[in-house]
Amino acid sequence: MNTESPLSGHISKRFDSELEDIRNKVLTMGGLVETQVNNGILALMESDSVIAQKVATEDYKINAMEVEIDEQCVEILARRQPAASDLRLVVTIIKTITDLERIGDQAEKLGRFELELIDEGSTSTQYAKLEHLGNLVSKMLHNALNAFARLDGNVALKTIKKDKKVNDEFESLMRQLITLMMEDPRSIKNALRVSWCARALERVGDHAINICEYVLFLKHGKDVRHIDYKEVKKQLSK
Amino acid sequence: MSINTSAKISQPFQANTEPMLEETSNKATTKSSDNKSDITIGENIIENPKFSTRNVDVFYDDKQAIFNASLDIGRNEVIALIGPSGCGKSTFLRTLNRMNDTIPSCRISGEITLDGENIYDKKMDPVLLRARVGMVFQKANPFPKSIYDNVAYGPRLHGLARTNSELDEIVITSLEKAGLFNEVKDRLTAPGTGLSGGQQQRLCIARTISVSPEVILMDEPASALDPIATAIIEELIDELRVNFTIAIVTHSMQQAARVSQRTAYFHMGKIIEVGNTSQIFTNPRHQLTENYITGKFG
Repeated sequence: MNTESPLSGHISKRFDSELEDIRNKVLTMGGLVETQVNNGILALMESDSVIAQKVATEDYKINAMEVEIDEQCVEILARRQPAASDLRLVVTIIKTITDLERIGDQAEKLGRFELELIDEGSTSTQYAKLEHLGNLVSKMLHNALNAFARLDGNVALKTIKKDKKVNDEFESLMRQLITLMMEDPRSIKNALRVSWCARALERVGDHAINICEYVLFLKHGKDVRHIDYKEVKKQLSK
Repeated sequence: MSINTSAKISQPFQANTEPMLEETSNKATTKSSDNKSDITIGENIIENPKFSTRNVDVFYDDKQAIFNASLDIGRNEVIALIGPSGCGKSTFLRTLNRMNDTIPSCRISGEITLDGENIYDKKMDPVLLRARVGMVFQKANPFPKSIYDNVAYGPRLHGLARTNSELDEIVITSLEKAGLFNEVKDRLTAPGTGLSGGQQQRLCIARTISVSPEVILMDEPASALDPIATAIIEELIDELRVNFTIAIVTHSMQQAARVSQRTAYFHMGKIIEVGNTSQIFTNPRHQLTENYITGKFG
């Protein structure tokens, strides 16, 4: 028996399987969200209206999963009154799916703005290169989900550290776009759309970090939100 | 992972891909599961305690029931003693007012002090000690007397009232503090055994507090009661904390979580972990505590 895993080893085997079931659903939801984000980025890169349309309309699946998982968590709280790591797991899941749902919303925005850009006969690449930022946040999201799946505090910690890179990249994109808008006011409408896409990607990174912080809470029982990376490391080594 | 621009639809997230990072040691998270260790984890020693126990061993004949227990109980706090059956929590509770003196085979070593006074000192009168350290048992055990006499028994024994009106005063106040007065004020002469289970238990609490104890020990005080009677007792415990120090043994972890400020986890005669109740129930440090609280095999 693995006593380190919060999911197994309960005297009540049904409780084990209930927790396992919820965890699997979160992973499925994570998979959906990741697909949406990656497709959103892909649509931007390739100016693909088919994918953009798909991203803009498939968010409902993620929302439905959030509701379903939430219900199951409430049921566990009511019926099992979990404590210690079980409690932290349920709380972590409730919070994680909120962030996943919001990531889904950001992905949907990517699809929507891309459709608008296509309608204008334009592409995001004319204004700024979002590819690098997209790669960064896509990888962060992937790692955050991995950290959750394996309860891997190291991956979570390393992902949190990436926040600065994303912010720097976002700032630099903003500078580029502002320069562009000043040079050619006719570009403002579309440049704004591209900046909103950049903002959406940056938000995805923030949500991924939130998920990593929940994973650290689940694993270590310590709240590491709203403190910088060095302080997080210090807290965890205590 | 970079964005794969050749595939139109990227692959969904896979949970069990190859490890991305080397596993490093997790000192902060690896919970101690060393069952042999005598060291209690957490804040078992506090400043200015009401009760203090140090290195207490308890034997029944050759069988050792408590191993090297050191635990402080703070003033005006409710401490919950939790643990599986036979872990020694009731035995420990009973050493605090020398209830184990009545068991001939029981032998106790170590030091137990109440306000710095050794309660096993020869000069300590166990009857007076038990007036200072009252006890409420799992099963309500009113005397086969009237409600009034049940509560008046202790004050009479210890000569706490000089006049009948003083005794009335003590009985009424005790019943009020125990939250029972309004239910029994019209039938104080009726037998205590005629009350409901929850009322009987509150009568026993009234009897315990009638002699103005400093500490109240409770051994599963609500385990035979329905949820409403339990809630009333728990509410009472919270109110009594203002005037008394309370140690409660309970099998209901929710109850421990609800009523106590500190929790001590007992396992096979040892105090494994002591800490703030909220910490014990959200982030216990010892694997054994974690297993017990989450309902896993120990």
